[in-house]
Amino acid sequence: MSKNWPLWEIFVRSKNGLEHRHFGSLHAADAEMALENARDVYTRRNEGVSIWVVESKNITASNPAENGEMFEPAQNKVYRHPTFYDLPDEVKHM
Amino acid sequence: MYDELSYKLSTFYIAELIVGIKKKDIMSEKEVKNLEEIFEARIARDEKIEPKDWMPEKYRKTHIRQISQHAHSEIIGMLPEGNWITRAPSLRRKAALLAKVQDEAGHGLYLYSACETLGVSRDELYDQLHSGKAKYSSIFNYPTITWADIGAIGWLVDGAAIINQVPLCNTSFGPYARAMVRVCKEESFHQRQGYEIMLTLCRGTEEQKAMAQDALNRWWWPSLMMLGPTDAESVHTEQSMKWKLKRKSNDELRQQFIDQTVPQADILGLTIPDPDLKWNEETGHYDFGEIDWEEFWQVVKGHGPCNKERMSARVNAWNNGEWVRDAAMAYAEKKEANKLKEAI
Repeated sequence: MSKNWPLWEIFVRSKNGLEHRHFGSLHAADAEMALENARDVYTRRNEGVSIWVVESKNITASNPAENGEMFEPAQNKVYRHPTFYDLPDEVKHM
Repeated sequence: MYDELSYKLSTFYIAELIVGIKKKDIMSEKEVKNLEEIFEARIARDEKIEPKDWMPEKYRKTHIRQISQHAHSEIIGMLPEGNWITRAPSLRRKAALLAKVQDEAGHGLYLYSACETLGVSRDELYDQLHSGKAKYSSIFNYPTITWADIGAIGWLVDGAAIINQVPLCNTSFGPYARAMVRVCKEESFHQRQGYEIMLTLCRGTEEQKAMAQDALNRWWWPSLMMLGPTDAESVHTEQSMKWKLKRKSNDELRQQFIDQTVPQADILGLTIPDPDLKWNEETGHYDFGEIDWEEFWQVVKGHGPCNKERMSARVNAWNNGEWVRDAAMAYAEKKEANKLKEAI
């Protein structure tokens, strides 16, 4: 019985100065092969200058069903935004 | 076949979390209905659905079916063209064809990955293809007997595929929509390289032009069929429209394809093999002759010219590659074990 190649998540930096962004996933036997496959699958047209690969099982994700508890606390904190503060019009650009 | 990860991605697990029920309990009909209404409203608002969001089981199944069929079509679609890589007439044509076939492998991989986010494993998907349980686009069951067929495939088959795929860039399921954006971006070169092959043949010798005409004669009708059964026969259309898996009906897409392709054939100086084809001033579209749907269903059912050849090529490639996959895995495990030993 053969063993299946694990799944890897692929992150690509499209050019220096930009962050790595999630591009998709693929199967590979190990990290080195995941990098090589990622080059062929996701950067055939110069889409990247740097690739990260992470085995999918190592990613812990938040649960969308708990988005309420997770993200709502940020919603009623308007004082974190600059428009919350009243300034006279004479003060331009602050 | 469900491992823990795919179970966690499954809608059932998410549903449990939402309504706070235990594994063994079953959601009441009312609770499911409620969730479904919220879900349909999200899609109506053009919100995207992501893999871990709750979704109706039917949505999940329909998407697994459509995305995997799409992936299988990309993978099987490499075979008719692969036939000509070693015999392309110049290095330029060979490099372009190789790149196109490589893109198709890539497109298949984007789509399989998108499909796997719905909690189905790659192995299950391959099993469905290899056992004949899953379908792929029946156009790939026609043979590529001359070089002009490579031109006709790029021009017509990729042309029809683009018409089908562009609206999918806005479909409701996030991973599918994202894969389609990449696919569409890459596919426009495919159609142009095919049309250029046709153009070169049509500007060549009498024999070359005849070869192009012959390819058009053979690929025209299968290309029209590729856009799917008529609206009257299409069973999934209404539901697929609602989920934005479809934005235009098969007949609308077919008309769009014909309207855009006829002037392209004129530029080539080729004749479309349909005596009933003519411009309709009133509707602003081309009228066209009857499609032989009997042929379409025969090919879908496995009786096309190359169904057996395609499947055996695919299954053999998979089986003959098994030792390579196993060796790679064994090597990876050995390296990992050595690393651990060194650490101790």
